[in-house]
Amino acid sequence: MVQAIVFLPLLAAIIAGFGNRLIGNTPAKLVTTGALFISCALSWPIFLGFLAGTEHSGVHHVLTWIASGDMQVSWALRVDSLTAVMLVVVTTVSALVHLYSWGYMAEDDSQPRFFAYLSLFTFAMLMLVTADNLVQMFFGWEGVGLASYLLIGFWYHKPSANAAAIKAFVVNRVGDFGFSLGIFGTFLVFGTVSIPAILEAVPGMQGSTIGFLGMRIDTITLLCILLFIGACGKSAQLLLHTWLPDAMEGPTPVSALIHAATMVTAGVFMVCRLSPMFEASATASAIVTFVGAATAIFAATVGTVQNDIKRVIAYSTCSQLGYMFFAAGVGAYGAAMFHLFTHAFFKALLFLGAGSVIHAMHHEQDMRYYGGLRKHIPLTFWAMMIGTLAITGVGILGVAGFAGFYSKDAIIESAFAAGTTVGGFAFFIGVFAALLTSFYSWRLVFLTFYGKPRWTESEHIQHALHGDHHDHPDAEDAGHDTREHDKGAHEVKSGTGGYHPHESPWTMLVPLAVLAVGAVAAGMIFHEAFIGHHAGHDFWHGAVAFSADRIDAMHNVPLWVKLSATTVMLIGLGIAFYAYIRNTNFPKAFVGQFGLLYRFLLNKWYFDEIYNALLVRPSMWLGRFLWKKGDEGTIDRFGPDGIAAAVVAGTKVTARVQTGYLYTYALVMLLGVAAAVTWAMAQ
Amino acid sequence: MIGLGHYLTVAAVLFVLGVFGIFLNRKNVIVILMAIELILLSVNINLVAFSVFLNNMIGQVFAMFVLTVAAAEAAIGLAILVIYFRGRGTIAVDDINQMKG
Repeated sequence: MVQAIVFLPLLAAIIAGFGNRLIGNTPAKLVTTGALFISCALSWPIFLGFLAGTEHSGVHHVLTWIASGDMQVSWALRVDSLTAVMLVVVTTVSALVHLYSWGYMAEDDSQPRFFAYLSLFTFAMLMLVTADNLVQMFFGWEGVGLASYLLIGFWYHKPSANAAAIKAFVVNRVGDFGFSLGIFGTFLVFGTVSIPAILEAVPGMQGSTIGFLGMRIDTITLLCILLFIGACGKSAQLLLHTWLPDAMEGPTPVSALIHAATMVTAGVFMVCRLSPMFEASATASAIVTFVGAATAIFAATVGTVQNDIKRVIAYSTCSQLGYMFFAAGVGAYGAAMFHLFTHAFFKALLFLGAGSVIHAMHHEQDMRYYGGLRKHIPLTFWAMMIGTLAITGVGILGVAGFAGFYSKDAIIESAFAAGTTVGGFAFFIGVFAALLTSFYSWRLVFLTFYGKPRWTESEHIQHALHGDHHDHPDAEDAGHDTREHDKGAHEVKSGTGGYHPHESPWTMLVPLAVLAVGAVAAGMIFHEAFIGHHAGHDFWHGAVAFSADRIDAMHNVPLWVKLSATTVMLIGLGIAFYAYIRNTNFPKAFVGQFGLLYRFLLNKWYFDEIYNALLVRPSMWLGRFLWKKGDEGTIDRFGPDGIAAAVVAGTKVTARVQTGYLYTYALVMLLGVAAAVTWAMAQ
Repeated sequence: MIGLGHYLTVAAVLFVLGVFGIFLNRKNVIVILMAIELILLSVNINLVAFSVFLNNMIGQVFAMFVLTVAAAEAAIGLAILVIYFRGRGTIAVDDINQMKG
């Protein structure tokens, strides 16, 4: 059962990947999509079983992997409520994205490869979430990293896509280095990599110290921080976040699946999976909270000024991941997982909706060239609307609400209820970030769907109108950085330019509809199970650290705290409405007034520039130095090149003996004879 | 009285002349051939001188052989020289350096 869920995508990936052109587009797509839908259909009963209390956690042993002394690692599929949540999220979003790609990638000429990568990714992600030990988790972790790399660079003939893929891979290496150190350290301390065994041994290790870099550090804190560095890399948290916005170079379905719903949540999942360990270290939890909150606010501020529709959503993802982390940091693992769950639905919905808009607008991604699309692509509009309502957390307290209303409010409330300094910090940051979330989400909707069409100046639309079909999706998608910076906040001419956007095919609309249902209902249906009073006993069964006291504290926060998220959401909506519908000159005036702030945000707090100056350039310089001076100048010079040169010089000298003149040879011969005779006589 | 030593001295002088004739000569190949003849003759003088000195005829028989071989060698050498001259138009020693490495 579980084996089928995990290995069907692998099988499909192998068939589609190696079959490739041999089996053709349609069979490859059928195999992969079919496998994913079967996986999805098998996952839901498990999840519902855990909800109903009929399913019990267990471990399905597959194969022994490593047996070396104390090191015992096997391939095993662990199924508990935490895994069940992830199984449902991964397989559902993946199946829908597969289906969506039928429409979105219809014009691409290497579709089997694309679908094989998608399925390979799903397999790796399922390996990650079902891991029973840290090594298998690391396998999945690297597997999703590989798939992410392959998919970001899917359009490999675009230099920007390759650069983004390499950036994602390299930044993730930094995180993975921390993660692997964490695994080594865990094995060193606990003598095992099995997750249940580690968690069992954690209380015994509390308070012990370990030598690290010449200092004595609390063992658990050190391990948690190392593991959290890994989580930061994969989940694009502050300082290691730079790869995520660039990853939007990949096709939009990839952004929805990997860079919104599943892979980037792996870090949150890992922290939740190891929650008893993080619980045991107040310092590590505080760091998690702090980094999460900082990311939430950072990404939200940057999201407010981006013009590329996918980048806005990418920063939004980054910000929401920050929410999940600070929820985990204050001990509300249930709330973190709940937000992960609902976020997967509405963020995948937003991304796929954005993909549908991009599809309709002939691969134009700049929101300044959108406008007035509401009437032209009504189904996409409603899908995006539901996604926006869900992410901004629209709802009425105690009555009903969209998915984000329950999960985000739970996070903000638990941060307040934590009662610690860092929790309070996270609370205020969370509320402010919620305001920004509301602003940038509505800004996206207003710019895209409302107002007058501003399509005339878009190059993509121009291409479409003049019948240039050279810009297939693979030719131009994402990455308008240069143009973005050039034009800044200039006014764009309005007008349709005679272009007629077209609604997407049904393969793209069905996933939107299904996810829209999830975005509407996931919060209402499941909030009791995830974060209710009895969630710890009824649902989690110890799969994550769950404290009933905290849940009670969360439910009993003052009313103003409960209303704060909704209030700021309305404020954000109001500002967006005023700035982008009522008084469209306002953003321009604002930018004129606060040019410095605007540029600071537009350039993403100059993180890329700082990293370039601090890390990329010096390592380029070091690499160049080692290449030119170290390798070519020393090793090559005295090694192979030196020997070759010596041989050449030697032969030149030797060759001079070969004058070609008879008398020289005669002289040498004579000398030789004389020497031989002398020697013979001397004997 | 002219003894063995005198013969050997003449032979040695001839031999050295021959040898130096080979690699000091910058004129033409015929001189080299003549120098080789000179070396062979000096050997012949040695052979004959020792033959008389030791009262053994084998030395003189060998001298006859050497003369025969020398004649044959001179014939072949000159033949090569003629062919070479036809091909290259010169037999100057300084122009024969095709074996230069």
